[in-house]
Amino acid sequence: MMIKTTKDHISRSPYQSLAAIFVLSLSLFLLSAFFLIGAGSQAILRHFESRPQVSAYLKDEAKTQDIDLIKARIETNPKVKNIEYISKEQALEIYKEQNKDKPLLLEMVSAKILPSSLEISTYDLASLKSVAETLKKEEMVEDVVYHEDVVSSLSNWMATVRKFGLVVAAFLLVIAVATILIILGMKISQRKEEIEILKLLGASPFYISAPFYLEGMFYGIVAALISWGLSYGAILSSSSFLTQFLTGIPLLPVSPLFMLEVLGGLLFVGVSVGFVGSVLAVSRFNRSIR
Amino acid sequence: MIIFDKVTKKFGNIIALDDVSFTLEKGEFIFLTGTSGAGKTTLIKLLLGEYLPTQGDMEINGEKISKVSKKNLYLWRRKLGVVFQDYKLFWDKTVAENVALPLHIGKMQPKEVAGKVQKILELVGLEERKNLFPAQLSGGELQRVSLARAVVTAPEVLLADEPTGNLDPKTSEEMIKLFKEINEKGTTILMATHNNEIVDSFKTRVIELEKGKVVRDEKEGKYHKKKGKEENDD
Repeated sequence: MMIKTTKDHISRSPYQSLAAIFVLSLSLFLLSAFFLIGAGSQAILRHFESRPQVSAYLKDEAKTQDIDLIKARIETNPKVKNIEYISKEQALEIYKEQNKDKPLLLEMVSAKILPSSLEISTYDLASLKSVAETLKKEEMVEDVVYHEDVVSSLSNWMATVRKFGLVVAAFLLVIAVATILIILGMKISQRKEEIEILKLLGASPFYISAPFYLEGMFYGIVAALISWGLSYGAILSSSSFLTQFLTGIPLLPVSPLFMLEVLGGLLFVGVSVGFVGSVLAVSRFNRSIR
Repeated sequence: MIIFDKVTKKFGNIIALDDVSFTLEKGEFIFLTGTSGAGKTTLIKLLLGEYLPTQGDMEINGEKISKVSKKNLYLWRRKLGVVFQDYKLFWDKTVAENVALPLHIGKMQPKEVAGKVQKILELVGLEERKNLFPAQLSGGELQRVSLARAVVTAPEVLLADEPTGNLDPKTSEEMIKLFKEINEKGTTILMATHNNEIVDSFKTRVIELEKGKVVRDEKEGKYHKKKGKEENDD
């Protein structure tokens, strides 16, 4: 009976219901976008953090003896976990693998123009700098590249996104609660006469209020599904672009299980926002209902 | 049994009911008469718990309203059935849905609800109209729906506030016959009315209010006060 009453409430003022759903969907979509950007950045950061690595590109004239000498000197450093030599041919194989979809790029490159390198892993990020400095001093080393800069700028960027995201999300959720409160408040106000009749027929305050609580939660569920669909759609449609951008980082395709978890989170937030909004609306009109 | 014990209701400085006391026995049919503003509707609203007395107390079957908390007022209202002059129906619900509403409120099983509704619609002669909406009914039929909704839960007391106020004389007569039928089944009825013909056609108790006071309480009363012997001689 309560579900039927809720259905009647929604169908009798569909535009108000749509307005509530749209505002809530927009808030939840932006919330999920911030969450997904945050989670993606976190995964990228973890990827770099789990692979503290310095790449030392060697000069073309470097001979096997020179390389062995460098390896021997570096190996004495206790912060070094592993050293791997990548020859020009191996570098070409890696390049081919990374650019297998771009035949034009492959045609232009041969093993000759790619440098051989030493890939040195350390136990932690903090050791990268000292290892890199040591390598830079080697005569046969052309250039040294390491991830510390990427990690620190990514960390800073993430912290900003997180702070900004939290503020925006909190603000959006307050707007969403206020929207539900206003729309349900209007609906309660429109049904004042019906509420009076129900009271005279002996309806309990819960019997009168419950359809409004259910309505608020219904908006939350629909908005969660819409915002989740939009987020998933956005990820899928931008996957090919992001894959190029995030070459080597195992972030895409996003696992369906992870997206189900996101859906669960959005449903929880949506239902909570709808419920809080409806409770506030009902308590605002308490005198009419009790 | 309903007891009004020295009930006074004030709205600011205005006294709507002034020290009203009377007792309604089980199964009685009482007309509440008086001019507009005499306090009839206030008395019914007090019984419904819409207002609380400024002074005095009321009780239904031993339960005093002063002892009922605001949040449990709905339980007090469930003891009563009520019929209004303006019907107070849900216009987007069918006849059957309107009548079933108090049963749903009382959490009756859906299977039982259908049977009860059918039975009560037969009593008021609306079984063939059960799937129509109030907008498709005449005034008399609307009031019968209102009556059916009021008695479907078999309340001990039925309150009626000017139930024939919007009806023509013939339809009013039919309505009153229905009230009589319901009263004969044991329901106590308190009916506020302006309709002197109806009151006079019944030989039943009449309570008359004037400026919020009970000025007459006669067992087999008429709408107008019986004139004194001297007055009749004039």
